[in-house]
Amino acid sequence: MPPETRTTAASGRQQGAAPDVIHNIGYRTYDGPRLGRGYARRSLYAQSLRGAYGLGRSAKSKVMPMILFGVMCLPAAIVVAVAVSTKMNKLPMEYTRYAIWLQLVIGLYLAAQAPQSVSRDLRFRTVPLYFSRPIERVDYVVAKFAAMASALFVLTATPLLILYVGALLAKMDFAVQTKGFAYGLASVTLLSLFYAGIGLVVAALTPRRGFGVAAVIAVLTIPYGAVSTIQNIALASDNIRAVEWLGLFSPITLIDGVQTAFLSATSAFPDGHGPGTGAGTVYLLVVLALIAGSYGLLMRRYRKAGL
Amino acid sequence: MYHPTVARLTYRGLLGRRRALILFALPALLLAISVAVRLLTGADDQTAANVLGGFALATMVPLIGVIAGTGAIGPEIDDGSVVYLLSKPVKRTSIILTKLTVAAGVSVAFSAVPTLIAGFLLNGNSRQIAVAYAVAAAVASVAYSAIFLLLGTVTRHAVVASLVYALVWESLFGSLIPGARTLSVQQWALSLAQRIAGEGAVDAEVGLPLALTLLVAVTVAATAFAAHKLRSLTLGGEE
Repeated sequence: MPPETRTTAASGRQQGAAPDVIHNIGYRTYDGPRLGRGYARRSLYAQSLRGAYGLGRSAKSKVMPMILFGVMCLPAAIVVAVAVSTKMNKLPMEYTRYAIWLQLVIGLYLAAQAPQSVSRDLRFRTVPLYFSRPIERVDYVVAKFAAMASALFVLTATPLLILYVGALLAKMDFAVQTKGFAYGLASVTLLSLFYAGIGLVVAALTPRRGFGVAAVIAVLTIPYGAVSTIQNIALASDNIRAVEWLGLFSPITLIDGVQTAFLSATSAFPDGHGPGTGAGTVYLLVVLALIAGSYGLLMRRYRKAGL
Repeated sequence: MYHPTVARLTYRGLLGRRRALILFALPALLLAISVAVRLLTGADDQTAANVLGGFALATMVPLIGVIAGTGAIGPEIDDGSVVYLLSKPVKRTSIILTKLTVAAGVSVAFSAVPTLIAGFLLNGNSRQIAVAYAVAAAVASVAYSAIFLLLGTVTRHAVVASLVYALVWESLFGSLIPGARTLSVQQWALSLAQRIAGEGAVDAEVGLPLALTLLVAVTVAATAFAAHKLRSLTLGGEE
């Protein structure tokens, strides 16, 4: 394309001065393929998921997630090693119990990674840059939510996979182990979605990193501390129904209640007094409502984010 | 060694904004639980010890310590505004001491005082349980503040590191491995509570002389090291 010049009329005030000129120096518009909204959403999802394990970030930010991932898998490997070497005919630990047992590690992982996933974008006001791409608010929220949930699922399902493979290698009963593994996976899927929602909402509301971490961990552990203290006291005064219903008030006991009622888990409630099917339905509804609620809150949070 | 302006700025940083919400919510929750328990079960020494030991000292005090200790210096280092403080003609040792005083004061006010009130609500200070746990909470708060203030100067991930210590080391390992309890601020504070409370009301794993020595040693060492770190602080960029 040969460069053309086009002249415009000089303004009336400056008679005699050189006329203002706009040169066409051959800029061309982009006419290659446009990857569009779906691609941007997938990229954001992949980048957030990798970021949750520090991949594609500095070496320092890989340390914490990798250590927590290792801590999460190590007990599973030990359990398998013990079970194999002593020739047990079933695993000494239920699949569904594993995440409950290591809830602190999951909580710490969420507290460390949820703020890095959303708070930095808010703090450095880079959110508008995302929305200058062909993604909508719903894409951003869904991608971040899905990435956090997937990261948590990887964290919680990998040890279950280690347990399962170990159990099969030790020639334990295939049907029983597969059923236990499937129940375990269902439970950690629910847990991942639920925890991701809580973590992201708290992190999105507290853009300062340090405080976000503390707030996430407080939301997870304080209700648990309070609930289990009161549950023990209720048990001591023989108020079993109170033990059953009190579990509604902290995240991990909610998950515990759901899997006790529907996934044939043994409850970690004091003395094993988990909810039955009736109360379990309430537990499940509360968990689903909280997942939906956290999604709604995130959508609301990003309505005016960074603008 | 105490600088009023630094103290005022630290107070504002700690109690301003939403940080104060957690600081107020935790004691409020403790008091609510105490009232509920008292109404449900009546005054009972064992229950009181369970609530104060299980919730107040094991969960609330470390968390308030984390928020106050790391919050006193962490955010300033994180967003780089600490250079304005460091460029003033104030000794860095006295900056650390002032921030420690404020952090310890805030955590004592938000943990020991509610613990005392909760103890009185639960069983009216029978067998000195309320006073014992309040003293334990106060001592633990000071030690936690010093340790977490140090972590705030050492690493950018101070909050996570503090939580790993408070939750994983003290709660998880403490409940699995008996040896880990010897190196736990919570147990040192409990041994003091054991001495104050009536016979058999509080169980501690560590003897009193050892516990007191370790408490003082850890607090002093952490403060000294924090001062040393602040003297040689370099500011890095955001990752």
